[in-house]
Amino acid sequence: MNRISERHVMLAVTAVVLMVLFFGASMRFDGFSSPFVIADLFNETAFLGITAVGMTLVIISGGIDLSVGSVIGFTTIFVATMISDNGMNPVLVWAAALALGTGFGCMMGALIQVFKLPAFLVTLGGLFFARGMAFSIKKESVQIDHPLYDAVGDIALPIGGGASLSFPAILFLILIAIVVVIAHRTRFGRNLYAIGGSEDSSLLMGLPVTSTKIGVYTFNGFCSALAGIAMTIYMDSGNPINAVALELDAIAVVVIGGTLLSGGTGLVAGTLLGILIYATIYQITYFANLPASLATISIGTLLLIFILAQQSLRRLR
Amino acid sequence: MDETSTPTALLVMQGISKTFPGVRALSDVDFEVRSGEVHALMGENGAGKSTLIKVLTGVHRRDSGSMTLDQHDISPQAPIEAERLGISTVYQEVNLIPQLSVAENIMLGRQSTTAGWISWKAIRQRAQQAVDRVDLSVDIDCELRRCSTAVQQMVAIARAVDLDAKLLVLDEPTSSLDTKEVEELFKVLLRLRESNIGIVLVTHFLNQVYRIADRITVLRNGQRVGTYATEQLPRIELVGKMLGKAPQEVAEIESRTATVSDTTPSSEKMLEVSQLGRKGTVEPFDLDICRGEVVGLAGLLGSGRTEAVRLLFGLDRATTGKLKVDGKRIDKPTPRKAIRAGVAFCPEDRKREGVILDLSVRENIMLALQASRGLSDALSYKQQLELSQHYIDALKIKTPSTETPVGNLSGGNQQKVLLARWLAMNPKVMILDEPTRGIDVGAKAEMETLIESLRKRGMAVVLISSELEEMARTCQRVSVMRDRMKVGELANEDVTDQKMMEMIAQHHDD
Repeated sequence: MNRISERHVMLAVTAVVLMVLFFGASMRFDGFSSPFVIADLFNETAFLGITAVGMTLVIISGGIDLSVGSVIGFTTIFVATMISDNGMNPVLVWAAALALGTGFGCMMGALIQVFKLPAFLVTLGGLFFARGMAFSIKKESVQIDHPLYDAVGDIALPIGGGASLSFPAILFLILIAIVVVIAHRTRFGRNLYAIGGSEDSSLLMGLPVTSTKIGVYTFNGFCSALAGIAMTIYMDSGNPINAVALELDAIAVVVIGGTLLSGGTGLVAGTLLGILIYATIYQITYFANLPASLATISIGTLLLIFILAQQSLRRLR
Repeated sequence: MDETSTPTALLVMQGISKTFPGVRALSDVDFEVRSGEVHALMGENGAGKSTLIKVLTGVHRRDSGSMTLDQHDISPQAPIEAERLGISTVYQEVNLIPQLSVAENIMLGRQSTTAGWISWKAIRQRAQQAVDRVDLSVDIDCELRRCSTAVQQMVAIARAVDLDAKLLVLDEPTSSLDTKEVEELFKVLLRLRESNIGIVLVTHFLNQVYRIADRITVLRNGQRVGTYATEQLPRIELVGKMLGKAPQEVAEIESRTATVSDTTPSSEKMLEVSQLGRKGTVEPFDLDICRGEVVGLAGLLGSGRTEAVRLLFGLDRATTGKLKVDGKRIDKPTPRKAIRAGVAFCPEDRKREGVILDLSVRENIMLALQASRGLSDALSYKQQLELSQHYIDALKIKTPSTETPVGNLSGGNQQKVLLARWLAMNPKVMILDEPTRGIDVGAKAEMETLIESLRKRGMAVVLISSELEEMARTCQRVSVMRDRMKVGELANEDVTDQKMMEMIAQHHDD
C-alpha cells in the first residue's frame, strides 16, 4: 500500500464515479453512450475545462483564484467588441486578450506573493475589478460576425459515428496534455507540489517560491483568457455577464477531480475526469428531462461526498 | 582552554551581532568550525544558538561581523545561497515535503533536466545513491509522510550531504529519535566526519555531546562563553558555563531535582482509568493516580504513550473502558468535558497544538480560563494582567512584557506559558506530554522543580518523557508501555532508568 499514494486513490475513486454515472445513464437512457453525447461532454464544457486546468495548478500550489469567471467574462466582451465594433483582426485581438489575462494574473500573483496578502482576498478583488472592466466596455451582448470565426467554427475533429470535437474542445485536450507534462516533468510543476505541501519547507530547501507562485497565477490568468476566447468561439458572441460564478464551478471540478483544496496533492488528469463527471451530470438531467437545477444540486451533493471521502481516506491511513 | 582560530578552520564567524525588535539576540559572537570535526553548539534557551545558525544559513542577515568559508568572505542572503556555498542545514522539525516521495524530496530543486524536462530515472538513481551514502534503507518511492520521523530526519541528512556540503548544520536532530535511531544517526555523522565535512551539532543532550563532539562552543545570553575541546571540559563545568553558574551551584540544582521529596501521596484517587482503550491505537489499560502523585508513562516513540493520554483528555474517542476524575465518571470524554472535570493537557507539539504564536503571553495564559468562564463573565484587563504577571513570576517566564507575542519567546518559555495557561484553571489532573522536549538543561531543571511543586499542591500529574533519568527523578510510579499496550508498572524505589529500560526492552525481539 506504501507506494500507492493518496492522489492515486482519489483518482481511482473519481474514475469509478464517472464510470458508474456514465454506464448507469447508458443503461437507463437510449442513445446516451452515442458518440454525439460523448463529443458533447467535451464540446459543452471546453471553456470550463480550460480554466479548471489552470485552477488545478493554483490549488496544487496551495492557493486559490476567484477571479477566473470575471476574467473570462471580460475577455468575451473585449474580444467581441474589438472584432465587431472596431473591426480588428481576430488573431490580433486574441493575442491582446491573452496578454491582458496573463498580465492580470501576474499582477495578482505579485500582490499575493510580494505583499504576503491572502490569495482569497486578492483574487476576490480581481473578481470585482475584472467584472467591472467587462461592463465598462459594453453593457450588453455583442455578436461576432467574422469569416475567421466561421472558419474556426467549422473546425471539427471526427471521433466516429459522425460526431466530432469542436475547436474549443480540441484546445482543451491539447492544453490538458501539455499541463499534465508540465506538472509531472518540469521543475516548475514539481515546485508547485512542494510549495502546496509546505511553503516554509520549500523556502528552506531553497526552491524559487516567489517566482513559482507568481508564475502559477500568471499561467491561470492566461488560461482564463484562453477560456474566454474559447467561449466566444462557442457562442459567437461576447457578453459582460458571461461566466458569472464560473470560478466556483472550476473549483468544484478540480476538487471532484481529486485535488485537495489544502494543496500539495492532486493530479491534473483528475481534472479531466472531474470535467467529464460535471458534464455527464448535466447530460443526464437533459436526457431525463429534469430541470437544470437538479444538476446543480447533484454537483453540490457530489462535492460534499467527495470532501467527506477525502477526509475519511486520510483518517484511514 | 579557550582555543583561537587555527589555519585549518573551515568556517570562521567573527564579531557576529544581531538585534531583533526589543531583543539583542547575538552580540559580538565568534564561532569557528574545522573540516572533519563535530562541533557542538550549546546554550540555554534564548542563548542565541538558533539565531547564530540562522545567520550562518542565510535565514537572517547579520547586523555586523564577518564570515568566511574556506577563507572566502561569504554573506548568504537566503538558505539556497548558503547551500550553493556548501552549507547545508537539517532542522529540528523536518523541513521536507510530506506529500512527495523520498526520492523527490532528496532531489527537489536540483533535478537533472534535458531541455527543461525532468528525468525521473536520473532522480531515482541519484536519490538511491544519496540514501545509500548515509546507509539508510528506505523505499525511495515511498511518500515521505509514511516514513517515521527518524527516517525523515535521515532523508533530510541524505539531501543535505548530497548537496556537496562542506559544512553540515544539524539543529536539534535527535530530539524526536529513540536511542537506537540516535546511534544510527551518529554512525552516519562519524562517517561524514571522516570524509572531512565540518559538522555543527546543536543539541540539548549532554550524553550525546560527550559521545560525539570534538569541540564545544557555549553561548549564553547572546554571547560566546568559550570554545573547548570536549575531553578537557568536565560535564559539570559545561553545565555551569551554560547556566552561568559556578559548578557547586549546579551540583545543588542537580541534587535538588534528584531527590523526589518524601511527601507521600494521599490515597485519594484523582484519576481512575479502567480498561480504557481504542481499537488499533491503544490496548485497554488501567491507571490510577492519587492526589499529590506523579505517574510517568514510559516507552519508546510509538509505544502508545501519547495515544494513551489523548484518550484521557478525550482528544481521541475511546472504544472501551471507563474514566473517572475525582470520583466522577466522565462519559464519552471530549476535551471540553475533560477540562470541566479538571483535567489539563500540555501536548507534545506545543507549536501545533499548544500555544498560539501570534497572541501575547497574557492572551495565551488567559485562553483556557476565559473559555471556561464563558463570554458573559469576562475577566477585566486588570485581572488578566495580574494573573499573567503572577504566572510569569511564579514560572520565571522570560519575556519582555505580558504583551509580547509568544512566538518571540524561546521554546522553554513557550512551554512555560502553556503550563501557565492550565495552571490558571487550577486543574486536578495535569497531563504533560514531553514538557522538556527541545528545551535546555536549565529550563529542564526548572520544569522538574515545577512538577514537584504541582505535586505538593495536591495535583495528580501524568508525565511523558523520552528521558528516563528525568522520569526517574520526577515520578513516584511509572507505567511502562510497549507496542501500544501497558506492559507493567514500577513504583517508588523501583523507578530507576535501568529498570524502566529493562521493562521497555523485554521480549523486544519476539
